[in-house]
Amino acid sequence: MKWDEFFVTGDPMIYGADVSIVLTMVGILFYLTKYKKWKWLWDEWLTTVDHKKLGIMYIVSAVLMLFRGGVDALLMRTQLAVPEAKFLDSQHYNEIFTTHGTIMIIFMAMPFLIGLINVVVPLQIGARDVAYPYLNAVSFWTFFIGAMLFNISFVIGGSPSAGWTSYMPLASNELSPGPGQNYYLLGLQIAGIGTLLTGINFLVTILKMRAPGMTLFRMPMFTWSSLVTMVIIIFAFPILTVALALMTFDRLFGSHFFTLQGAGMDMLWANLFWLWGHPEVYIVILPAFGMFSEIISTFSRKTLFGYKAMIWSMLLIAGYSFLVWVHHFFTMGSGALVNSVFSITTMAIGIPTGVKIFNWLFTMYRGKIQFTTPMLWSLGFIVNFVIGGVTGVMLAMAAADYQYHNTYFLVSHFHYVLIAGTVFACFAGLIYWYPKMFGYKLNERIGKWVFWVFTIGFNVCFFPQYFLGLDGMPRRVYTYSEESGWGPLNMVSTIGGFMMGIAFLILVYNMYYSFRYAKRETTGDAWDGRTLEWSTPTAMPPFYNFAKIPEVTGLDHFWRQKQAGKVEKLKVEDIKPIHMPSNSGVPFIMASFFFVAGFGMVFDWMWMAIAGMIGVFATLFYRSFEYDDGYYVSVEEVIETEKISK
Amino acid sequence: MRRFKPFFTFGLLMAVFMLSGCSDMIVLDPKGPVGAEQRDLIMYSIWFMLFILIVVYALTAFIVYKYRDRKNHKGYDPDNEGSHLLETIWWIIPIIIVIALAIPTVKSIYSLEGPPEKSKDQKPLVIHATSVNWKWVFSYPEQDIETVNYLHIPEDRPVLFKLTSADSMASFWVPQLGGQKYAMAGMETELYLQADEQGTYEGRNSNFTGEGFTNHTFDVMAMSDAEFEKWASETKADAPELSKGQYDKLMLPGHVKEMTFSSTHLDWVDHATNAEYALDARERLGYEEKIPHSRAAKEEKKKREEEMKKLEESESESHGDSHAH
Repeated sequence: MKWDEFFVTGDPMIYGADVSIVLTMVGILFYLTKYKKWKWLWDEWLTTVDHKKLGIMYIVSAVLMLFRGGVDALLMRTQLAVPEAKFLDSQHYNEIFTTHGTIMIIFMAMPFLIGLINVVVPLQIGARDVAYPYLNAVSFWTFFIGAMLFNISFVIGGSPSAGWTSYMPLASNELSPGPGQNYYLLGLQIAGIGTLLTGINFLVTILKMRAPGMTLFRMPMFTWSSLVTMVIIIFAFPILTVALALMTFDRLFGSHFFTLQGAGMDMLWANLFWLWGHPEVYIVILPAFGMFSEIISTFSRKTLFGYKAMIWSMLLIAGYSFLVWVHHFFTMGSGALVNSVFSITTMAIGIPTGVKIFNWLFTMYRGKIQFTTPMLWSLGFIVNFVIGGVTGVMLAMAAADYQYHNTYFLVSHFHYVLIAGTVFACFAGLIYWYPKMFGYKLNERIGKWVFWVFTIGFNVCFFPQYFLGLDGMPRRVYTYSEESGWGPLNMVSTIGGFMMGIAFLILVYNMYYSFRYAKRETTGDAWDGRTLEWSTPTAMPPFYNFAKIPEVTGLDHFWRQKQAGKVEKLKVEDIKPIHMPSNSGVPFIMASFFFVAGFGMVFDWMWMAIAGMIGVFATLFYRSFEYDDGYYVSVEEVIETEKISK
Repeated sequence: MRRFKPFFTFGLLMAVFMLSGCSDMIVLDPKGPVGAEQRDLIMYSIWFMLFILIVVYALTAFIVYKYRDRKNHKGYDPDNEGSHLLETIWWIIPIIIVIALAIPTVKSIYSLEGPPEKSKDQKPLVIHATSVNWKWVFSYPEQDIETVNYLHIPEDRPVLFKLTSADSMASFWVPQLGGQKYAMAGMETELYLQADEQGTYEGRNSNFTGEGFTNHTFDVMAMSDAEFEKWASETKADAPELSKGQYDKLMLPGHVKEMTFSSTHLDWVDHATNAEYALDARERLGYEEKIPHSRAAKEEKKKREEEMKKLEESESESHGDSHAH
């Protein structure tokens, strides 16, 4: 491989990125060394198995990825602002929309939600950690390494450019040679291991580690949504793993599963991809639904309306999510019967979703609604998500979909669902649980600015795209002619996009501002909450979460206790030694070996891939013979921790 | 209520947009029965969707306004946790809406599989449309002619497109005539379209196929039956024959101008049964796709463009002055 193939050359923006990456790395190394933070970094973060810290690391990574994916989006919007723009060339634009989609779904939305699940779910069910804390660290580090591997593609080797769906045969060696597409395959494969492990880990955690008295039908709605999500992950992710592996074989080892030659089946890839891809959509939307349920109930100061209906509708959605994948390619010509069946199943998914919307509305009915920022995001969700929902039903009508397919109508629809659903939830959840993670709230006044600028910008950006779609503008074109008449609406859309970018910057500023100036919480109950995570005496729970595991007597246990004036005080005689898992550096090291192996595979350097895999197996082997059963926190230490916090 | 004003203003704007913009947007301005059927279905569904939006927005506005936390707050009931009646209502109404949408949808799905109802007894004109990065090759087997990047069709007569691709998965779409369908290598899909008005309509591939995707377009000219017959017979008489060598060059990724030939490639290859042909042709010409940002790729691209130019010249020369298009 020649140097001009290894490094991406010839584009000033890429050189700029090269310089800023090097400078940032030097800056971080300098900071860590100067302030002697290496040991702190290793002991507190890189080796941690604490679900709260892993959760925070997930969220920090996701915010970084939101920045990366957002920059991609703004580059695209800049190129599309006016007809015949020369800002990006076709290849560059194609790489950017490919990485935008992949990063936003795989490396932003999912980790953001998994991060919040990590922080919140064990606390909500009254557990001291997850079922497999070590595995949890493996999950995080494989995700992180997968994301990093994918991200370096734009300066080393070139980014994938076959779309986030990577349809074959376009993504094959013959039509997309080089490392770009391999980055997609390996980055997703490595991160996918982490996601699958998370699915297993949290399924077991929620099923086996609930506090005494917390029956399934007493679980908070966010925990329920996480449980259902984990089930979907466990069924869906193996499909992705297999599909990616098959395409990797095609590209690296000359097999013909999806290729033009050897009677490969490109349609098989599309089917496998969406067999995972559609459940994936629900993986990123169900936890969002769970969060909104918690937030709307908390700030309406009222119990959730139709708790059981909420659960059943979620289970229905989870089941349906595996029965609708064909609607992503109604235009493949599968015949009238197939298209009719999948049209109907897809429309049917709107029914339980609609039920949820009404249940949220009626949770507020007869409530006492407080307009905190998390609540504003939740109301914004209802208002905007409905637009995404109804256009989804329109797209489900196959005969009409022949006209919407591959157009901006579709682009607008899924951004209305994914931004107004998932991203709004990520912001709402982040703000809502921020005091649980950091001990202080984000500033509410600045937070409301973020909400309004973002929500208005979002609508200005995406609403015109429905009309562009109906006017025949296809997705993924890097430019368009003056005569098409798409110029003005595209300009409007670009302005909206930049408003969202500004809102993101204000959000980051809010994090800084609140870090400096926010009043520190003195209790664990920042919002007058309902569920167990708010029952810890300190704002940030100690590493063992609960000195004494609570006994649950009903739904919204903590809220009911407060109403009855019977919040339990911790007594010294209740405290027993607490068993906790030990930190371990192995997950981080294992993931690093995955990086080496992945990088080798990307460039088809098999010696490097094999060396990396030997490292991975060595760490697995090491772990198998490690007899560390964790340690006990002594009663004295618990008393001391709890007293300090009082 | 002030807080939610933007949403209402927005909703109002949206309605205005929808009502005023309908006739301007090409999908809602069809020129044939297929597109018209789809337009009708779209408009039918839009009314349902507006109804749903209005119900949800009105309810949201009412509840949020009435139950906001304020002095003299009335009606607070923290344990109000459900209502069988209400919940039954909002399970049943969506079910009814889905049924109301499903029936016409399924009807349309079935009717779009065949020629339009009103021209059922006419024999459809068969055209093979083959996508090859980033051009469209159209073969008229009955007329024994072939065009590149443009189509002539008679008006008021159904056209049966037999779609396939020489390489990437493409999607054949002429928005004003009707919805799209995929064209895939080693596969044949069928799509009926029909033009009821004479005119030129833009068609394109709408499925991403790589670098040249944006300009992967063609024009459709709908004309009277007589004009079509005249064009077809003139083309047959005057246009050059398509040679295998020329066709190989067409298989290279790139763009070419509109071209016309008096024979079709179906004489020696049908991409619907031979998915490897284009790759073999590229190999015969010594072409290999390179890593996009590399210097080699730029050289390769220049070479390809030269080949394309030669191909265009070879077609024009043999045409003489009688260019039928």
